[in-house]
Amino acid sequence: MAEPLMTIQNLQTHFVTDKGAVPAVDGIDLHIRKGEIVGIVGESGCGKSVTSLSIMGLLPKPAGTIAGGHIYFKGEDLAVTRERRMQALRGNEISMIFQEPMTSLNPLMTIGEQISESLRIHRRMSRKEAWRESIAMLDKVGICRAESIVREYPHQLSGGMRQRVMIAIALCCEPELLIADEPTTALDVTIQAQILDLMKKLNEETGTAILMITHDLGVVAETCHRVVVMYAGKVVEEGSVKDIFYKPRHPYTRGLIRSIPKMDSDGGRLYSIPGSVPLPGTITEGCRFAPRCEHAYERCRTEIPELQGEEPGHRSRCWL
Amino acid sequence: MMLNYTIRRLLMLVPVLLGMTIIVFLIIHAIPGDPAEVILGEKASEESKQALRQELKLDEPLYVQYGDFLQKLVSGNLGTSIRTKEAISEEIMPYLAATLELTIVSMAFAVFVGVNAGIISAWKQNSWFDYASMLIALIGVSMPVFWLGLMEQWIFSLKLQWLPSIGRMNPRDPIETVTNLYTIDAMLAGRWDQLWTAVKHLILPGIALGTIPMAIIARMTRSSMLEVLRSDYIRTARSKGMSQFLVIYKHALRNAFIPVLTVIGLQTGMLLGGAVLTETIFAWPGIGRYIFDAIGSRDYPVIQTGILVIAFLFVMINLLVDLLYHAVDPRIRYD
Repeated sequence: MAEPLMTIQNLQTHFVTDKGAVPAVDGIDLHIRKGEIVGIVGESGCGKSVTSLSIMGLLPKPAGTIAGGHIYFKGEDLAVTRERRMQALRGNEISMIFQEPMTSLNPLMTIGEQISESLRIHRRMSRKEAWRESIAMLDKVGICRAESIVREYPHQLSGGMRQRVMIAIALCCEPELLIADEPTTALDVTIQAQILDLMKKLNEETGTAILMITHDLGVVAETCHRVVVMYAGKVVEEGSVKDIFYKPRHPYTRGLIRSIPKMDSDGGRLYSIPGSVPLPGTITEGCRFAPRCEHAYERCRTEIPELQGEEPGHRSRCWL
Repeated sequence: MMLNYTIRRLLMLVPVLLGMTIIVFLIIHAIPGDPAEVILGEKASEESKQALRQELKLDEPLYVQYGDFLQKLVSGNLGTSIRTKEAISEEIMPYLAATLELTIVSMAFAVFVGVNAGIISAWKQNSWFDYASMLIALIGVSMPVFWLGLMEQWIFSLKLQWLPSIGRMNPRDPIETVTNLYTIDAMLAGRWDQLWTAVKHLILPGIALGTIPMAIIARMTRSSMLEVLRSDYIRTARSKGMSQFLVIYKHALRNAFIPVLTVIGLQTGMLLGGAVLTETIFAWPGIGRYIFDAIGSRDYPVIQTGILVIAFLFVMINLLVDLLYHAVDPRIRYD
């Protein structure tokens, strides 16, 4: 197995609120290898997005802080890296694309200017070179008429086009890691499939590792090699896509998979996990999922299980 | 398209200015007092007053006087001052230039300080700088201009003796006027010492006049920036690895600038016409003083023309601002 590109150890990210520090991410561990696509799955509020912002060093200041743990990226601990150095990494070695393509581009700058910017900062390209490279990038992410699109403004493009532009911006400096935070959630289903195909294709061509953050298991099945399932700020299960889909061990993962609509179902009610995600900051003993788990017994309510497993690479956090 | 819009807006100025002339004309004639009496003095004989009224056509019905005024205006004749008997179009120029020079300096000060204070306040929200500058801004908008002007004179002219307290120039070393903008004239004449004197004369009234716009601009910039800094594209800019400075001055400022631009336009218009207090305190021979004095002597043509000129400038500046919107934001279209 290749060396991990990034290893997160016991990451804890807290948000300061009126009621004190609230852990949004509470001791997660995960790793991603070169060229790998890893999915982080979980409901809203489980800490997926906060994890990605922690990696990027883009937590909203001053409320969000990394309270503990390490984020090793090629040997460097991003949890304690200074802003100056982070600026050199961001957009260059680690890039990110966001959920909202409609609002993620600066409305007052042309597409070309916005792609060129990254190239000029990190690659020290001249204006002309960067412009030419921008056109090439647009071409690469499947935008036809790239020559004229570079001169257009975001409001002239559709949502799918804008997300392609975001991908072009993210990948123009050939980063080793791309964090995609719900990249297709705001898009039409057909456009979703196109964007996912594009990301897979670019992953194969350039070897950029992708951390795919999503709540949609369909996206995971279609693109990822490995999956990490998060619940209430903790990793509850990790494994290969096959493991997770065919042999899910954690009751939460099973619940997630049962709630995917199926074509052959006879039109009964769609399954949903009872209850809802505990609010960050509510103090719980034992397994976080116990209150919603149909298999929970005494031990689950008092002790937190470790992340463990018999097969290599497939681990879950459950006493069962 | 832009040209079409501009022409349409310029045509729309005609009814606006026509309306202005009617309002100004009626208000002026509603002011009590008889110009003939003011000019000739209380002790003048009734016959001489009557003769003067006839000469100035003040005995005609209002609509005839208005028609006369309008007719001259359309043919480019701005009228003659009753007081000085000079053509207003020539007489007004030095006053207009004085006001223009002061307005430019005041607004340059207001925009530079206000915009930057607003940016830094938003950037370092809830810091001591934010609190301090917003407190100063609050004091700035609430402070009477005449009081600020007097304090400036007391501190910087009387106590410290750094800057001259009144006037535009050293009266013993008069400037060779070409444009009547003294700083420009001094440069044209190559008199750098005079340029320095002119600049020194501009500082105190410039700050006095610019303080309120500065405070308003600072507050507007801050609130607009705070909103922009929370937006998704700012996060994108950061995720590209741009420095904080570039993110703020390149990405955020332009997006936050539209409401600020509106305020700048309105304030500039206000300063052009409404600087009577500042001009009085600093003995600045601007257009506010010119009209103020004309009101005192019931110099109807000067009042009419003066107010009309100010209204015209105000409308033109607003047109300019509307055209600038498009330069700032390509999404704004003029269809």
